[in-house]
Amino acid sequence: MTAFVNHFVFEFKTGLRDSNLLLMNYLFPLAFYAMMGLVMTQVNPTFTETMIPAMVVFVAMVSTLLGLPGPLVESREAGIYRSYKINGVPALSILSIPVLSTIFHVLIVAAIISLTCAPLFDGVVPENWVNFVLVTLVTVFAFGALGALIGVISANSRATVLWSQLIFLPSMLLGGLMMPLDLLPESVRFVSGLLPATQAMQAYLGLAYNQATVINPMTSVGVLLAGGILALGLAIYLFNWDSRNDVRRGNPLMALLALTPYVAGAFLMG
Amino acid sequence: MSKTSEPVVRVNHFRKLYGDFVAVDGISFEAHRGEIFGLLGPNGAGKTSTLECLEGIRQPDGGTMDILGIDPVRQPRKLRDLIGVQLQIAGLPATMQVEEAMRFFCAYHHVAPRYDLLDRLGLGEKLDSRYDELSTGLQRRLALALALAHKPPVLFLDEPTAGLDVGSRAELHALMQELRDQGATIILATHDMAEAEKMTDRVAILLRGKIVATGSPRELTATGEGFTKVSVRTEQSLLADDGTNFAAVSHRTVKEEYVIYFSTDPGPTVSAILEYIGAQNDKLIDLRVERPSLEERFLEITNSGGVQ
Repeated sequence: MTAFVNHFVFEFKTGLRDSNLLLMNYLFPLAFYAMMGLVMTQVNPTFTETMIPAMVVFVAMVSTLLGLPGPLVESREAGIYRSYKINGVPALSILSIPVLSTIFHVLIVAAIISLTCAPLFDGVVPENWVNFVLVTLVTVFAFGALGALIGVISANSRATVLWSQLIFLPSMLLGGLMMPLDLLPESVRFVSGLLPATQAMQAYLGLAYNQATVINPMTSVGVLLAGGILALGLAIYLFNWDSRNDVRRGNPLMALLALTPYVAGAFLMG
Repeated sequence: MSKTSEPVVRVNHFRKLYGDFVAVDGISFEAHRGEIFGLLGPNGAGKTSTLECLEGIRQPDGGTMDILGIDPVRQPRKLRDLIGVQLQIAGLPATMQVEEAMRFFCAYHHVAPRYDLLDRLGLGEKLDSRYDELSTGLQRRLALALALAHKPPVLFLDEPTAGLDVGSRAELHALMQELRDQGATIILATHDMAEAEKMTDRVAILLRGKIVATGSPRELTATGEGFTKVSVRTEQSLLADDGTNFAAVSHRTVKEEYVIYFSTDPGPTVSAILEYIGAQNDKLIDLRVERPSLEERFLEITNSGGVQ
C-alpha cells in the first residue's frame, strides 16, 4: 500500500512538475475553456446548454489522449521501465497509476469548469449532479485507458501523436461537443457513434441533463465502461518493458479490439 | 562474513541469440559468496546480455542459470529481493527527486528508505534535486544507492565507474570491498582493466560470446607469455646504444629514454643489468620492474582471437 501511495503521489506531482503535462492537464484545457466561453457562446448561444459536459469531455481528451501516451513511450525508450522492473514495480502499477493520477487532474479541471461555467458564461448546470459525476468518472476512465493503450502500442512519440489525433480530431468535429448529434448528416452518424466522445455526450445529456438522446444513455455508459476495461486490459497485456526487448507479448494490432464496444455502440445508434 | 566456496550465481551452458546472431554461446561460470567476479570483454562480447538474463530482464535461449537457487525467468518476484542491479542503460523519470527515488523504490522492496546510503554516496545534499538536474556521475551514484538499498546478497554492476570522477570511483571501490567483506557477491562487468585487476577476485574474459579465459587476475597475468617488464634508464644511455642482452631476457625495446627488457625471470635479469651498469661506469637513474598487467594479458588474449 505504501508503494502504491508513493507511486501515485509521485505521478500526481509529475502532472504538475512536467511542463508538457502541466500544459496538457491544466493550461491548454483552461485556456480553451475560457476562449470557448468568450467566443463560442457569442457565436452560438445554444452552446451554453451543453458547454459544461462538452468542456469536461474536451479536458478528458486533452489530458488522456494528448498528455498521457507520450510519457509512457518516453519512459520505455529512456530505460525507466528497466529500472522499475529490476526493482519489482509491477506492470499493472506502471500503467494504472498514471491513468489514475491523470483522472485526478481531469477531475480537478472538470470541477473548476463545472463550478465557474454558470457564473462566468451562463453555462447550464446539470439537473442531476450525482449522475454528472458518475458519467464524468466513467468517461475519464474510458479515455485514460485508451491513452494508456496508445502509449503501450506506439513505437515512438511521433506514433502516439498520430494515434491520439485519430481519435481526438474526429471527436472534436463529430463527437457532439460543438454541435448536437442530431444536426449531423445521417451519413456521418455511424462514424460519430464510433467515438468515445459521442457516447460520453449522450450519457451526459440523458443522465445528467434529462434530455432526449439518440441512444439509450445507459448503453453509452456501458459502452464507455466496456471500452475502458478492454483498453486497460489490452494495455497491460501488450505492455513492453523495454524498447530493446527482443520478445514482446501479443501483436500491437490487438489494440483494435478495444474499439469493439464503440463499434457495437455505433450500430445501436442506428 | 568471509569468502566461501558456496556458489551463489550459477550459469551453465548459457546461450543468448538475437535472431540468427549468437550473442552468448554456451558459457558456464560460478560466483561465490563474498566474491567479486568480473566479466570482461570488448564491446559485443556478451557481457551485458549475460547480466541482463541473470537479472531477469531478458530470457536465455539455452542452458540454465540461477541465483541462490532462484530461476530468473520462472521466479522473477523472488529474484527482485535477492539482487541489486546497476544497469548500464537505465534511467529514472526526469522529475523524480533523489529523496523521492529512494522512498519510491524502497517501498516496492518493503524496506525503510536508506538515506544513509545517499549520504555515503555524496547525495545527502541533493535530496531535493530532480534526476535531470544531476550530473551523469551523480545519476550513477543514485542508481548504485538504489541498487544497494534493500541490502541484496547479490549485486550486479554494469560499468559502475563510467562517468565517475576519481574521488567517487575510489569511494565506490571502498564500498564494493566493504560489501564483499560482508558476504555479498558482486558481478562486475567492466571495460576498465585496472579496475578489474584491483577489485575482482576472479574474472572471466568473454570474446564473441564465449569465455576464453577464467581465473584470478594474478593467475591470468601469470599465464600466456608471462613476461615481466624491466625498464631501465641510465645517465649515459649506454644500454640503449649497445645491444647487450641479459639473463632470462626474451626481447627488448627502447621507448623514450628507457630500455625495456621482457624477462621470464626478473631476479637474474635485474642483477645482470646492475652489474653491467656498474662495469660501464654508467649511472642508474630509474629502474622499474612490472609484472604484466591484466590489460596487457587481456589484449594478448583478444588480439589472438581467444587462442591461448
